[in-house]
Amino acid sequence: MFNHGIIEKSTPLMLLLILLSLIVGGMVQIIPLFKVESTIEPVSGVRPFTPLEQIGRNIYMREGCYNCHSQQVRPFRDEVDRYGHYSLAAEGVYEYPFLWGSKRTGPDLARVGGKYSNEWHAAHLRNPQSVLPESIMPAYGFLDRPLNYDDVELHMRTLRFVGVPYTDEGIEAARDDIVAQAFPDVGDSGALRDRYDGAPLGPFSGNVDGDVTEMDALISYLQVLGTMVDFTSFDPETMVQGQEVGR
Amino acid sequence: MSAQAATSTAGSTQTQAQPLTYADDAIRLFTIATVLWAFIGMAAGVFIAAQLAFPWLNFHEWVNFGRFRPVHTSGVILGFGGNALLATSFYVVQRACQTRLFGPQWLHITMFWLFQVVLLSAAGSYVLGYTQSKEYAEPEWIFDILISVRLLAFLVVYVGTLVKRKEPHIYVANWFFLAYIVAVAMLHTVNNISIPISLFSLHSYSVYSGVQSAMIQWWYGHNMVGFFLTAGFIGIMYYFEPNQAERPIYSYRLSIVHFWALIFLYIWAGPHHLHYTALPDWAQTLGVVFSVMLWMPSWGGMVNGIMTLSGAWHKLRTDPIMRFLVVAVAFYGMSTFEGPLMSIKEVNALSHYTDWTVGHVHSGALGWVAFVAFGAIYYLVPRLWRRTLHSIALIEVHFWLASIGILLYITAMWVSGITQGLMWRTYDENGFLLYTFSDTVAMLHPYYVTRFLGGVLYLAGVVVMMYNLFRTVTGPIIARTSSTPVSAPQAGLTPAE
Repeated sequence: MFNHGIIEKSTPLMLLLILLSLIVGGMVQIIPLFKVESTIEPVSGVRPFTPLEQIGRNIYMREGCYNCHSQQVRPFRDEVDRYGHYSLAAEGVYEYPFLWGSKRTGPDLARVGGKYSNEWHAAHLRNPQSVLPESIMPAYGFLDRPLNYDDVELHMRTLRFVGVPYTDEGIEAARDDIVAQAFPDVGDSGALRDRYDGAPLGPFSGNVDGDVTEMDALISYLQVLGTMVDFTSFDPETMVQGQEVGR
Repeated sequence: MSAQAATSTAGSTQTQAQPLTYADDAIRLFTIATVLWAFIGMAAGVFIAAQLAFPWLNFHEWVNFGRFRPVHTSGVILGFGGNALLATSFYVVQRACQTRLFGPQWLHITMFWLFQVVLLSAAGSYVLGYTQSKEYAEPEWIFDILISVRLLAFLVVYVGTLVKRKEPHIYVANWFFLAYIVAVAMLHTVNNISIPISLFSLHSYSVYSGVQSAMIQWWYGHNMVGFFLTAGFIGIMYYFEPNQAERPIYSYRLSIVHFWALIFLYIWAGPHHLHYTALPDWAQTLGVVFSVMLWMPSWGGMVNGIMTLSGAWHKLRTDPIMRFLVVAVAFYGMSTFEGPLMSIKEVNALSHYTDWTVGHVHSGALGWVAFVAFGAIYYLVPRLWRRTLHSIALIEVHFWLASIGILLYITAMWVSGITQGLMWRTYDENGFLLYTFSDTVAMLHPYYVTRFLGGVLYLAGVVVMMYNLFRTVTGPIIARTSSTPVSAPQAGLTPAE
């Protein structure tokens, strides 16, 4: 038998062999995924989040919603019936990072956008048991407070650096876009939708008189989830549709 | 290791002009921190388990389940597990290398305080809402940098000690500790690459998005289990179990085979966390194949651990420390059978997203990781503080409280997980889904209460341990110093070659 003593007696050799054993698996599984064409289906409609949706996504992360809600519909009959079309890799290209989750203490949210009204979401977040008596979700009434978006440009520039195609114009207009999405009667929601196709419009939380709230941001994010791809023209067999989506 | 090496283990100090003393000050600190973090992390776990049974306990945004769960996971994995690994690996590397820990004492003490400050401030940051939102990699960028510094210092001290060892062979426990340190350094660095929005903000964005970020996160997440909670703790097993049993390791050859197989195969198994997602099928398939293969090296470790007790089986009856160490290995065998089973796509289709996964994790975490750590702590404390253990009977109490707690926990999670998974996919005779999601949540309540009670029992065991150890270290000192090598029985250092 091979004499393992040679390895056991040499720290550098053991260190080297351990390192070699460790890197193979990761390299084989991870590096090819960055060859986007074979990983991500070419579908159209996927766009970067609006500033309000992105901040809402950050609130979703801050509150740890991903601990109890997945965002990934599996291709099973019951999941497609319950939640909607199964999730595509293309839908995650602007998600830094993914929020697919690993546990469904609550239902999957990958396609929750547009399923319930803004009013339902606000009532549910403030007191989940008022609309779903069996729910064990915490109440999020504290989100009815002014949204701090002083650093929204920093967020967007950092996201642009890592790969989201925000334009200078889009970053400059970020604060206007936030107001326009939350209060379409006040702001220029036309300009917002020119930049972000099909962005869901407020009022979200019903707090119409004052500032944009954290609740507005979170609901705007929930309402866009899973709505970007138009599945009426998506062919899962060929997965060919319109122009390619990617970075 | 040769027979000659083993003889020199007991005799080497006599031949040296300067008697060898070990650097144990930092180890005592890490041991105290291990016990305190066990309490903090598990108390947080009991609290969030109670929240799932009684949602009114989500009474403030700081302690809502979503923000508090990472306090539990970081507390038990990084706090309890991380400190246990530092204490035991520094203890073992000195004894098995017959040399003093590399580096000045201030470096070891600084590592200790740096680690505790990072752990506490990261836990505080979750509560205030700062998280990268990747499971088991929640700390924001600044904490990640500090953790990297700490890992680098760990690697330097550890490899430095191996290099200046007086024994010709590197002992098997140290192979596993070394693989754990190298793997965790690699995983931590790659998964946490992110760009802060400003140097004055805790907020950052991952450089990976979507499917790539999912794959990298679960390559990280699965191998934190594989290397942090498995390889590292197998290192603990390979020193403390043979020493407590005063028997050599069952098979030296088996330890070689299962070591290399384990570290090579584990890295590939990550994609089984992403079955039926948008991850490409080829990656999912690789994940299944390697997860199933992993069963064998895992059981190699289990066989080696359990059979080491050959000829000393009576100790299971008489020695509760031995029982902690051996029952830990039995739980390791059970979880590493269940894991490959759950990685098979058809099983995973049912188990994933349910409490079955939670139960699986906890049979490994409570049964294997924590039990082997408890055994090592009961072994270490009397030797490090030069005291006799206050009460063996209280260790018995701890063992039975913990064992009953685990049984309640994992059986509740099996039943709730499988039931909920089946309810989600049940159709009525007209082809409609039979249950709403809310129906399945309502069904869970009794199981969540049972799981909470299991957690309370387990935590009560930890409190008994804390009391026992406190009485131990405040008890009368015994004369022999722990820092001379002869005090620790070294029988286990002789593999059957």
